Amino acid sequence: MIRFENVHKSFGHIEVLKGIDGEVEKGQVACLIGASGSGKSTLLRCVNGLEDYQQGRILVDDQLVDAHAASIHDIRTRVAMVFQRFNLFPHMTALENVMEGPLHVLGEPRAEVRERAEEHLTRVGLADRVNSYPSALSGGQQQRVAIARALAMRPDAILLDEPTSALDPEMVGEVLTVLRDLAEERMTMLVVTHEIQFAREVASSVFFLDKGLIAEHGSAEEVLTRPQNARTQDFLRRVTHPV
Amino acid sequence: MAPLSERIVEYLPLLISGLWLTVAVTFLSLILATALGLLWATMRTSGNALIERPARYIVEFLRGIPILVVLFYIYFVMPELGVDLSAFQAGVIGLALTYSCYIGETFRGGIEAVDKGQVEAAKSIGMRHGKMMRRIVLPQAFRISLPPYGNNMVMLLKDSSQVSVISVAELTLQGKMLASSTFDNLTVFSMVAVLYLCLTIPLNFLMRRLELRMGASL
Ligand SMILES: Nc1ncnc2c1ncn2[C@@H]1O[C@H](COP(=O)(O)OP(=O)(O)OP(=O)(O)O)[C@@H](O)[C@H]1O
Ligand SMILES: [Mg+2]
Repeated sequence: MIRFENVHKSFGHIEVLKGIDGEVEKGQVACLIGASGSGKSTLLRCVNGLEDYQQGRILVDDQLVDAHAASIHDIRTRVAMVFQRFNLFPHMTALENVMEGPLHVLGEPRAEVRERAEEHLTRVGLADRVNSYPSALSGGQQQRVAIARALAMRPDAILLDEPTSALDPEMVGEVLTVLRDLAEERMTMLVVTHEIQFAREVASSVFFLDKGLIAEHGSAEEVLTRPQNARTQDFLRRVTHPV
Repeated sequence: MAPLSERIVEYLPLLISGLWLTVAVTFLSLILATALGLLWATMRTSGNALIERPARYIVEFLRGIPILVVLFYIYFVMPELGVDLSAFQAGVIGLALTYSCYIGETFRGGIEAVDKGQVEAAKSIGMRHGKMMRRIVLPQAFRISLPPYGNNMVMLLKDSSQVSVISVAELTLQGKMLASSTFDNLTVFSMVAVLYLCLTIPLNFLMRRLELRMGASL
């Protein structure tokens, strides 16, 4: 579904991704873990062309991702994204946020879009907040609207960049519950996360990114419970037993 | 001399006719300046050097010339180039050109102040640049730009008095003519000032109300 082949990315002279290989298969959840600055967000953003890359290939369903080609718009409608800071449109209600893509990008009929948008908001537990503006919603609620907005595109895959790390602790659970449900329905997801317990539960595969390289890759069990790489062990010790 | 109340009643019709012209000049040049300003601002934030640069040069060029010179140029020089304009038309165009720069810079500031996450969210649902500007960026930029835009509006209203130099008989010129024929400078110019305030004070009030209402939904 999403394949990385020797992906290199630099910002100016600084190489941030140094040859990434890997694949996220259809219906699977892949978690991307690694220290701050290791390049997790950058890798994720390359998949839907928010960043370009200089070498190698990223393929979405065998279609080459090129941030500068016209095809990128089409790829973005098939690979949705959920941001750390939600990035809801503040001048639109929750419902309008969710309707925006299907209505104004995909050009689907309004009545149908509206009905589905209400369904999506209901499934993330926000049936009673459809007419609220983002400023009137809690962080957890905003992130759930953002997930509904991504789902409304009926994407083949969703990219999530630390979807819970801007949330107050008591709101993390409500968002993770929604993501667990999605995983159960076999939505393809690539998730950057520091929630190791969550990754253990839902991830089919885990990538440990270290200084722009995949240092370790395997099943959740392999990488998170019996890590081979010393840096993975060290990282996991630090995130699971914070000082 | 007649009593004050009689003189006020006598002067008022002329000054009111000037006031209407002031409103007309301001209103028309505001519309034109806003449209042009929007054009400059979207050009300058297009991210394409070929589109950006002309807008930057036009704005820098116009901003470097005093309003009076722009007005003289349009009113006296254009006819020599075969473009005949009435004083009213020349005044509206001159004010609009000059103010399109200020308003354009105001809008540009607003566009650049919109959170980058908004652009990324719009892109991530597959939006193309034009639609993203129209539906996501400009509505938010407009709210951000509203207070400085309101200032521009009031300044434009006051600067509309400049078109008196090319003989548009708006409020200031009517006042000046009236004062020189009656020698009643104190009364006439006091009335002129009060009439301007009758426009600017409600305008300021209106802008503040609008800001509050828009701020509430953000
Ligand atoms: N737009 C940019 N310009 C220059 N350097 C950047 C840019 N974006 C990221 N970088 C650099 O690239 C490196 C990787 O950044 P990235 O955001 O991908 O890390 P990350 O793994 O997501 O970290 P975090 O856990 O803190 O989010 C960092 O050193 C960062 O400073
Ligand atoms: Mg990051």
